[in-house]
Amino acid sequence: MKPEDLKNNKDYKYGFTTDVENVRSPKGLSEETIRFISNIKKEPKWMLEWRLKAFNRLKVLKEPDWQKPKYPKIDYQNLYYYSAPKSASEKPKSLDEIDPKILETYKKLGIPLVEQKRLNGIAVDAVFDSVSVATTFKDELTKKGIIFCSISEAIQKHPDLVKKYLGSVIPLSDHYFATLNSAVFTDGSFVYIPPNTKCPMELSTYFRINASETGQFERTLIIADKGSYVSYLEGCTAPMRDENQLHAANVELVALDDAEIKYSTVQNWYPGDEKGVGGIYNFVTKRGACRGKNSKISWTQVETGSAITWKYPSCILQGDNSVGEFYSIAITNNFQKADTGTKMIHLGKNTKSKIISKGISAGNADNMYRGLVEIKNKAINSRNYTQCDSLLMSNKCGAHTIPYIKNNNATSTIEHEATTTKINEEQLYYCNQRGLDQEEAVSLIVNGFCKEVLQQLPMEFAVEAQKLVAISLEGSVG
Amino acid sequence: MLNIKNLEATIDNKHILKGLNLNIKPGEVHAIMGPNGSGKSTLANVLSGKNGYEIKGDIKYNGESLSELSTEERAQKGIFLAFQYPLEIPGVNTNTFLRTSLNSVRKAQGDKELDTLTFLKLIKEKASELGIDEKFLSRQLNVGFSGGEKKKNEILQMKLLQPKLSILDETDSGLDIDALKIVADGVNSYKSKENAFLIITHYQRLLDYIKPDYVHVLSNGKIIKTGDADLGVQLEKTGYSNIV
Repeated sequence: MKPEDLKNNKDYKYGFTTDVENVRSPKGLSEETIRFISNIKKEPKWMLEWRLKAFNRLKVLKEPDWQKPKYPKIDYQNLYYYSAPKSASEKPKSLDEIDPKILETYKKLGIPLVEQKRLNGIAVDAVFDSVSVATTFKDELTKKGIIFCSISEAIQKHPDLVKKYLGSVIPLSDHYFATLNSAVFTDGSFVYIPPNTKCPMELSTYFRINASETGQFERTLIIADKGSYVSYLEGCTAPMRDENQLHAANVELVALDDAEIKYSTVQNWYPGDEKGVGGIYNFVTKRGACRGKNSKISWTQVETGSAITWKYPSCILQGDNSVGEFYSIAITNNFQKADTGTKMIHLGKNTKSKIISKGISAGNADNMYRGLVEIKNKAINSRNYTQCDSLLMSNKCGAHTIPYIKNNNATSTIEHEATTTKINEEQLYYCNQRGLDQEEAVSLIVNGFCKEVLQQLPMEFAVEAQKLVAISLEGSVG
Repeated sequence: MLNIKNLEATIDNKHILKGLNLNIKPGEVHAIMGPNGSGKSTLANVLSGKNGYEIKGDIKYNGESLSELSTEERAQKGIFLAFQYPLEIPGVNTNTFLRTSLNSVRKAQGDKELDTLTFLKLIKEKASELGIDEKFLSRQLNVGFSGGEKKKNEILQMKLLQPKLSILDETDSGLDIDALKIVADGVNSYKSKENAFLIITHYQRLLDYIKPDYVHVLSNGKIIKTGDADLGVQLEKTGYSNIV
């Protein structure tokens, strides 16, 4: 695609590129690359060793290929694993030190980092390619003992917490992409909420891929100590390019006794053009451990972007009476593909999980819900409720539901409900007769279809998400 | 206001309307009666611009040919259809739907859109005129509504949108006598010299409450008889078989 074509593509308003000078690792995946990353981040020796251990493990792992959306083989030697704006080689101490071009980028994305214009009551960590460039509201959080910083900073300043929890939910050797991430992860967020503390504001990370031929390997770790609460939201965008770019993130959540983590994602990576050229491969491992009794982890995701979305944000319900929730909207249009869902692993007694999945498919897209509910034999009196609804907008798109259900004890129950419907012509006619045009009618009906998930989002983002749902489906009925 | 000449309509190779003529002036109430399958609902759908019909003939609405206009443009220009079977839209709050609808129509007519507070005040007023409980407005649109509630909701929308031509497609079917009165009162209170009604019904009973200026008998896709309100009363006694 030529640059002028990109300019003509108005559907994706985040598709611009920021022209900044970059520092890059050597091309390709090697021990040299890993040493480069660890060195540039001034990491302690234990961290480098951890990465190298992952790299050695990676050599014997095979890339999985059981997923529904197939993709051309990724040439891992032809990627850059680290790319950062030169100006950010030392993380800026204050906003004045940030490259104005980067500040401008976030402003364009609607994420103001400048003090006086900050989003009300939302602390933001901004990750640009491989580095965190700014974290807002840090001082106010510090007063409460809350740590909210980049993972790179946490490795240096809070090594005990990182050592204790990193890889404790997603083991180093978990699977190909998770292990790849463990070897080469670059940046992401770190959150620690001390005991009996309710985080007073939404914490948010905004991920931006800017550089070309670069993979983004985000690593996020959130720990909610006993009796604490935190709500965290991530957003993602990338420039329009005709190459496919890899985003392979690992996100680990740990909730101790009586703690609650609410994790929301609004994923709007570049989806590729209407012919299916370009777009992000969003291959992400997200897993939360409800480690303590009465703990709760709730995942909410609105997935509208990416050429391929392949992820299963999961909960391991270890503590007795713990609760796991998964609320998902996955929208695929044109040639986008999604294979997404969740895993709920019940280990503790009286554990509960709830899954609400809304898949919407338009154009030539393919949308798959795949999920596992497993109740182990000691998880007595546990319950799961799953509801999977699929909405088809065209005659060429697909919706698939594959639930895996394993119940190993007689005192537990699993419920699964699923529906697949085509957008109802009569409903559209009814709306049209009341003066709504086609786009308004589709937006209204689809937002109604997604309501149970949208209402889980923090207020500030629910309205944005509704608009995003409408924009993603413009002109899609047929 | 409405001039229909030689209207023919075909759907799925079924020829349903076969040369229908009808003229409606502002301020008039027209009733269309007729046996099942005579084409009554097809007429309502064709006037409101539902997709799928092959149309011949001419429909002029305030001098403008309707064939060029989409369903929503017709609605925005003041054609309202009270549905025989109002649709359920899960997850969509009735208030939200009504506000979106009103603002779409207002925007198209060059009026300012109403903010939430002004709208809520207006809708509460209209709802209380029809004896509709406020709680009803925060429920999902038509989901789990009784037949009577759905029909009342249609009349509420009519009063809110203030159309010029209101088409009521068997609004009386499935209504008990109290609901029927409420619906009729709603229509009567909205009637004026500027707007007109086309009431499609099987039975005289609605016409006991809403007095029509004209009653037309539709049979096999054509209007075969036109009279005044007495024609409806007569049909109730003798049935269609005498004239069809």
